[in-house]
Amino acid sequence: MGDMKHPLKFGLYLLMLGSLPAFPASAPTLQVSKSDEDILVTAGDSGRRGGRLQASLHSDPKTLNPVTAVDVPSKQIIGLLGADLIHINAYTQRTEPALAKSWKVSSGGTRYTLELRHSIQFSDGHPFDADDVVFSFKVYQDEKVHSPQRDLLEVGGKSIQVRKIGPYQVDFELPQAYAAAERLFDSVTILPRHLLERAYEEGKISQTWGTTTDPSQIAGLGPFRLKQYVPGQQIVLERNPFYWKADPSGNRLPYLDEIAFLIVPTEDAEVIRFQAGDVDVISRIGADNYATLEHVQRAKDYQLYDAGPGLEYNFLFFNLNDLSSKHLPDIGRKQEWFRRVEFRQAVSAAIDRESIVRLVYQGRATPLWDQVTPGNKLWMNADIPQPPRSLARAADLLRSAGFTRREDGVLVDAHGQPVEFSILTNPSNAQRTKIATIVQDDLAQLGMQVHIVPLEFQAVMARIFDSYDYEASILGLVSGDADPNPEINVWTSGGATHVWALSETHPTPAWQSEIDRLMQEQTTMLDYRQRKHAYDRAQELVAQFDPVICLVSPHVLVAAKNMVGGFKPAVMGDYVLWNADQLFRTDVAGRR
Amino acid sequence: MIKNPKLWLSAVALALIHLLVIGAGFFAPYDPTEQNRDLSMAPPMRIHFVDSRGHLNRPFVCPWVAEGQRTGPSGYVEDCSKVSALRLLVRRQPVRNGKTMLASLHLFGVDTPARIFLMGTDDYGRDLLSRLLYGGQTSLGAGLLAAGLSLSLGLLLGCVAGYFGSWTDDVIMRGAELFMALPWIYLLFAVRAFLPLHLGARQAFLLLIGVIGLTGWARPARLIRGVVLVARQRGYVLAARGFGASSASIVLRHILPEVSSVALTQAALLVPQYILAEVTFSFLGLGVGEPAPSWGNMLASLQTYSVLEGHWWMFASGLALVPIFLLFYWFADSLQGRLQVLGLSR
Repeated sequence: MGDMKHPLKFGLYLLMLGSLPAFPASAPTLQVSKSDEDILVTAGDSGRRGGRLQASLHSDPKTLNPVTAVDVPSKQIIGLLGADLIHINAYTQRTEPALAKSWKVSSGGTRYTLELRHSIQFSDGHPFDADDVVFSFKVYQDEKVHSPQRDLLEVGGKSIQVRKIGPYQVDFELPQAYAAAERLFDSVTILPRHLLERAYEEGKISQTWGTTTDPSQIAGLGPFRLKQYVPGQQIVLERNPFYWKADPSGNRLPYLDEIAFLIVPTEDAEVIRFQAGDVDVISRIGADNYATLEHVQRAKDYQLYDAGPGLEYNFLFFNLNDLSSKHLPDIGRKQEWFRRVEFRQAVSAAIDRESIVRLVYQGRATPLWDQVTPGNKLWMNADIPQPPRSLARAADLLRSAGFTRREDGVLVDAHGQPVEFSILTNPSNAQRTKIATIVQDDLAQLGMQVHIVPLEFQAVMARIFDSYDYEASILGLVSGDADPNPEINVWTSGGATHVWALSETHPTPAWQSEIDRLMQEQTTMLDYRQRKHAYDRAQELVAQFDPVICLVSPHVLVAAKNMVGGFKPAVMGDYVLWNADQLFRTDVAGRR
Repeated sequence: MIKNPKLWLSAVALALIHLLVIGAGFFAPYDPTEQNRDLSMAPPMRIHFVDSRGHLNRPFVCPWVAEGQRTGPSGYVEDCSKVSALRLLVRRQPVRNGKTMLASLHLFGVDTPARIFLMGTDDYGRDLLSRLLYGGQTSLGAGLLAAGLSLSLGLLLGCVAGYFGSWTDDVIMRGAELFMALPWIYLLFAVRAFLPLHLGARQAFLLLIGVIGLTGWARPARLIRGVVLVARQRGYVLAARGFGASSASIVLRHILPEVSSVALTQAALLVPQYILAEVTFSFLGLGVGEPAPSWGNMLASLQTYSVLEGHWWMFASGLALVPIFLLFYWFADSLQGRLQVLGLSR
């Protein structure tokens, strides 16, 4: 798990910008485009051409194949090598045209007609057209290929029909109206048919474009193409001379000649190499290291950015799984407490979120009472109450649920059993363990005895997802997209990441049924305000009934050398390299 | 007694350290789990003798005041506008499970609401001095008890193997080799996986002692077996056997005294080794869990670069190990020298 420090990523949260590797044809480097080439002109200032940027990855990418990639480093690289039809701008969190320059939606919202860019080329110089799009979707939707994107391209359990209308026109027929359907295209990298069709027909598409593939065999529509990969050391990407974007002055993007990713296994090592000048940008720093960098910022040749809360939410949850098929009588007995809404509300009321923000994140986090963070500009419900910590209210709630305090201060339930439970954490995530220690002390003040059980990450996952042999745990989830649709997996019963109750007990509580209904309903609403209304209500229910107890959302903290121009960190996607095509070095002598 | 000052100095120093740790309840100013969230990562406080007007005063401390959100050395400044005098023999009422407990006597302290942190505080604003003293109970205690356990086992099995020889010897010594080949850390991982999820601090402590002690018997057993092998050929042992003494009485009366010097020196060597084992396990999160302190889990926060870089007082428990180890080795060294002298003169 190269990604142990990051919160668990779930299946649906792919955030690839699209992707396709390319090859070094002896391409012309002319700045002026051919007259019929559909170039996208970006807004904003112009930068300087040339130079190399050094970034880092925490582990080697497992593959460069957009069809099979699931790990974060692979997706990050593939995101720079390829492109998608409609793209979600990580900064505005809204969709924008990419390879599709425009699109029309039928009145019922089920048919999307996409107009593709004319006369643009893959990074090997081969022209791009509707056949590539149809081919790509055929591959992703093919059951035998087992692409993780396949589920994304299903609406209401049926797949989307793709049809070529003209050389630059493609029709997408949805089985039913689907809210924000254009966001579906964001994760789907367009593949070069001329390079991959044979492999696909031979049934070998999943094995192509591994990390040992010759760079000349890889082509895409992204701003960069693969130049060199030395496993365990670095990956070098070079500028794609055929890229389909230009700046307002008419210079073809990207500005940078190269981006090199050093493989640096830990965040601490990354910070040290950043200080040493080996790395120019860091895409995610923990609050501790941020403070350190801030403290030792002597040379002032770098800048730290606190981009505010991201889309990650950390939460405490109790095991509410149906344990009737498992032999876990002890946990079953404790579930009598966990299932009481008052019990969970009392725990929530007793937790000092402000202290977590201050002690664990040095103030660089935001307390949460529901799952949508303030980083989610379009979907946050600002009316969720944010009650301050109150032990008195917690004690009242517990009393109303039949809990009492013994002479020695220990909290006991109606049968006189002391309230005692354990929280699973993985020590590889220092922050989560610290949160657990604070929660432990907070709950001790209610007379609850909480044990912290550090287990290796895989063991924690196995207990949560398979054996259900745990009492409580703390996890963080991060959405790849700001839209509520991917969250369905988490909040509806039966969802793959409905972690606290993967097997729901019947009868389902009324509030859970309401969340299920709201989350399903909003997928077919086409009006943003209507959807927002439904999702606001779902957030209210989560805040009120505390199926999980939301704690904090850490801020997205990044750093960049002063010479990095066009730097604009976002709180979703690839925080610093989402606009890699517009990044430039202010210290190169290149043309402006 | 004066003949061997190194032996007695190290013995007295060790005794004092253990006394300090055993009496943590009295010597430590606070409960080791009490959090002061407004003073996380505060540096050690200075004891002042001279007040702002330059007059000599009875010792006092100035409280730390946080500057903004930052924690750590640059996040706090001394505020000497409200000083609190250092008092000896104070009574404090600890709070546990949200209830106030009976007052207890402490060696020193300051009047509440002021607080005194002579060694600074950790991430949660817990007094590091108190944690160091209470944590010593775990770490030093584990070392002593585990050494006692493995030495008793080693003594028993070593004597049996050496005295009876033949197949008994073979079985025990092959077993010892097996135990020496066991990777402790993985063994502990495995043992931990079979146990119920939450072990209380006491159970975790006993488990650690059990694992360290039970896996460590092989080395002393081999050493003792060697000594017994030599001893059982001695004239007085043969004579005793000739007079019809039982095996038990021969071992107890004639062989054990011969072995005792080796056993004592071994003990003095094993204790620091086992202290280190406890520290390692707790550092890895396999030993005593939060919030109970141990010198190992106190060091765990040094795994982060930021703490390593800017919070030097967090090294306290690691630094405490250095003199203790040195004292134990001196003690073992001089003990061996002394016992050899005694052995020769007999």
